Amino acid sequence: MSTLNQTTGPEATAILGVGSFQPERVVTNDELSLHMDTNDQWIRDRVGIRERRFAGPDERLVDMAVTAGSKALADAGLAPSDVDTVILANCTMPHPIPNGAAQVADRIGLKAAGAFDLNAACAGFCYSLGTASDLVRAGSAKRVLVIGAEKLTDWVDPTDRANAIIFADGAGAAVVGPAERPGIGPVVWGSAGDLVDTIGMNPTGPTGNKVLYQEGQAVFRWATTQIAPIALRAVEAAGITPADLDVLIPHQANLRIVEAIAKKLRANGAREEMVVADDIVFSGNTSSASIPMAMDHLRGAGRIKPGDLALLVGFGAGLSYAGQVVVCP
Amino acid sequence: MADKPSDAQILEGLAGIVEDIAGVSPEDVTADKSFVDDLDIDSLSMVEIAVQAEDKFGVKIPDDELANLKTVGDAVNYVSANA
Repeated sequence: MSTLNQTTGPEATAILGVGSFQPERVVTNDELSLHMDTNDQWIRDRVGIRERRFAGPDERLVDMAVTAGSKALADAGLAPSDVDTVILANCTMPHPIPNGAAQVADRIGLKAAGAFDLNAACAGFCYSLGTASDLVRAGSAKRVLVIGAEKLTDWVDPTDRANAIIFADGAGAAVVGPAERPGIGPVVWGSAGDLVDTIGMNPTGPTGNKVLYQEGQAVFRWATTQIAPIALRAVEAAGITPADLDVLIPHQANLRIVEAIAKKLRANGAREEMVVADDIVFSGNTSSASIPMAMDHLRGAGRIKPGDLALLVGFGAGLSYAGQVVVCP
Repeated sequence: MADKPSDAQILEGLAGIVEDIAGVSPEDVTADKSFVDDLDIDSLSMVEIAVQAEDKFGVKIPDDELANLKTVGDAVNYVSANA
């Protein structure tokens, strides 16, 4: 009986570069209050958002992904030929097929790249980052371009004040490749399929299209009580302690959820000085794009520096969740 | 909690939780007050209050029950009946 070959790769991987993209159009709370019964203070109190970005009608999810991905490659100092795999985390493509990753790979100039979309909703980036790291370490891929990109405004009823104030558009990306020292800790992931009905799609949009719904209280309860313990497991899996963390970058779902997770981590030893991503304030909730976008913005603002230890944790529809500790590039 | 708390103890405990979550002064948290209309507490803060009350009193307050707890007195009665 023949024995099949098995591949192996480098022992350690790291994030080699990051990049992000947001549409130009800024939508303020005041603008939203023209279309629905809401106001700036109400929105800030409930979700912490001051403004968000909406893509234009001709601005597609893959367009945003291409720009963010190209920036991440440039940040890493790599050429398209240095990357052989693209994972596009998203849950808002216009149709189930074709996927977005193959188009993104082609437009960035990656020849015959392995390319697939990954849907774990708002946990998609952390799922994809863990998958990318393991693909490299197993020798299945040389370097992987991981992108989270969403055009949520295609799937939200613009008159639904519970959701239209929260969701927005954008993309964030990271390049994963071999490294001398481990820069991506073990991924801790899982799901809570018993809560599947708390976030989904309803065929109740203004034009009969499907639109996103969520049971706000149930999701809020889950996120504020169940995610911090998962984040702490990711810290333990990485072999560090909460006090070692320089940065916390949770999925930017709602500033109150972000603050609740930070509070629990600090109660478990994380430092007061730990930087907590609050990108939602000016970006809204961009699902799988929110974590890499927040990392890129924090770095651009000088709030994090190369070598900082960052805890990433994504959570959302499924319900699904994933987290890991990374070294900032 | 080993012994079932009295209504006064539940009210005092709830007032502490409401102060922690929403910054409402404990003396304002009386049985006749509506969480939403009088104490200006929103639906997400109600979830946080419920979670803390569950830990403190050893009760379960599911979201559909939470929707029925309009006043502080409703919450005291619910905890008292289920603790």
